[in-house]
Amino acid sequence: MLVLEAIDGGFLSTIQDHGRKGYLRYGVPHSGAIDPFAHRVSNILLGNPSDSATIEVTLPGARFKVLTDTVVAVTGADLGCELNNVRMEPWQPFPVPAGGILSFTSSHSGMRSYIAIVGGFEAPLVLGSRATYTRAKLGGLSGRKLYMGDRLSSRMTEMPENILAFRCPPELIPHQSSHLELRVVLGPQDAYFTSDGVETFLNSSYNITDHADRTGYRLSGPPIAHKEGADILSDGNPLGAVQIAGDGMPMVLLADRGTTGGYTKIATVIGVDVPKLAQACPGDQVTFREVGLDEANSLYALQEYALAAITQTASVVYGRRRLRMRIGAGDQEVVTSFLDMSADINEDDIHLAATAWLAERE
Amino acid sequence: MAELFSNGILHPAGERAATFEVGRGIDPGIHQHVRSVQLGLEKRSVRGINEILPTYCTLFIEYDPMLLSFSTLEMVLRDVESGLEGVLEVPKRIVEIPTCYGGEHGPDLEFVAENAGLGIAEVIALHAGTDYLVYMMGFTPGFTYLGGLNESIATPRLETPRVIIPAGSVGIAGSQTGIYPSDGPGGWRLIGKTPVSLFDPAKRPPTLLEPGHYLRFIPISIEEYAAISDDIKQGRYKVTELSA
Repeated sequence: MLVLEAIDGGFLSTIQDHGRKGYLRYGVPHSGAIDPFAHRVSNILLGNPSDSATIEVTLPGARFKVLTDTVVAVTGADLGCELNNVRMEPWQPFPVPAGGILSFTSSHSGMRSYIAIVGGFEAPLVLGSRATYTRAKLGGLSGRKLYMGDRLSSRMTEMPENILAFRCPPELIPHQSSHLELRVVLGPQDAYFTSDGVETFLNSSYNITDHADRTGYRLSGPPIAHKEGADILSDGNPLGAVQIAGDGMPMVLLADRGTTGGYTKIATVIGVDVPKLAQACPGDQVTFREVGLDEANSLYALQEYALAAITQTASVVYGRRRLRMRIGAGDQEVVTSFLDMSADINEDDIHLAATAWLAERE
Repeated sequence: MAELFSNGILHPAGERAATFEVGRGIDPGIHQHVRSVQLGLEKRSVRGINEILPTYCTLFIEYDPMLLSFSTLEMVLRDVESGLEGVLEVPKRIVEIPTCYGGEHGPDLEFVAENAGLGIAEVIALHAGTDYLVYMMGFTPGFTYLGGLNESIATPRLETPRVIIPAGSVGIAGSQTGIYPSDGPGGWRLIGKTPVSLFDPAKRPPTLLEPGHYLRFIPISIEEYAAISDDIKQGRYKVTELSA
């Protein structure tokens, strides 16, 4: 069913999902939503399956005409989303009538918004994913960004009951700051840096340059010293890798990063902090703080816990218990053991998971 | 110098990935070890492992930390490595890539010959006279990192990259050689072109070559190039694969 038509694709609007997984060894990058958290929540708000596609809108400018009565949810950056010139509340579902104009008018905080639609956007599966990877023209709409006149379909016609009754718990909505602290796990190549180099990395503030896109963010600041050189034989590039080139400047690799790379990677930004960087703008300041693997695991488990909780709540509210929970009875023990393991979890994160659980119990 | 470690080292790459380093250097023996660990690990179907990517001397592993801990992964890898002795024999698979050298398909062949102080026929003979090991794939979908280029035909990259290079172009950059799997910009010196498709997202696997395979360039004439292109369009061309 046709649901939206682009009147203006804006700076960069692409179809994205959870990414193209399983083909790294063939050189196929994951791609997918650069802010996986906002993308996932937008689908959860509508009770969509977790592999549903959304539109990733970058910066204000994009405008869409609604082609049929339906319901959308907009999450991520606050780009002044309006329906027929009326400001719409983000992070909750809202109805859009046929003929309405959905527009992103102004920059308030963050870089990228996600538009989810009931049922998810339709696009051919390419290597198991609908994510657009423009560099190799894979996925989405012919592997490219959206342009004026592009028409998008949804994958479902049936509306769940009570579709507007659920909203994201406010505690889960991230606050974007122009001074970001990114937590990192050192490695895989921290041993290639002098101890002064590692100190500089962890104790300096870096500026986000204009070279900030879906591939990664280049930063500038005090140079980070290698022991010998910046080059290694190419190896795998994890999401959030902080690679340091020969000039000592960090670049953090994001959704469209190449599968492999030949620069030393001093550290990796932990999964729950990747969205902060994905929403940061050129000119913002970044500092890095080292955490251990145990703490990174706990934070990851807490996020999954919270997302599972709101998914479960949504499925109850929407009367669709058929949604499969990511955390079943068995896995829940795994989560609990992670929680026990972590001596110093951030209080905010516990609050976050707890709030989601409370919401579920109500 | 290439060096194989007595035991591989697992480095964290965030909380959801890790790099298992088995040695250092570009060397067929080290790569064979990487591949053996990969096959051993795959055979165990470890719960929680999502991706395994072999590179020159590492395995990059993505996993779900809620199903598999770093220390368990480390233990499993130790165990796989200790059971490897004697099972390193993976049959050598050679894939033949028909390649039309020079002319419109290889505009830089003359430059490569001049730079090497060799005749064009010698350059072709040297380039096609080697079986290249596919060490890994990366950079762009289906791109192979090959080892084995004869140093005498190593050539620096173009100073200004070309805006568009057609898929199938065979190039040299420094002491590397490779094939562009899809149209795109690039700075490699183009010496020829193959009509064979190296990347097709509709196929499983999506690439003709995989890490561990060997590649052999087979020189063809421009007429043969046209004939093979035609056969590919008609769906009656099959790439020749040899076992050794």
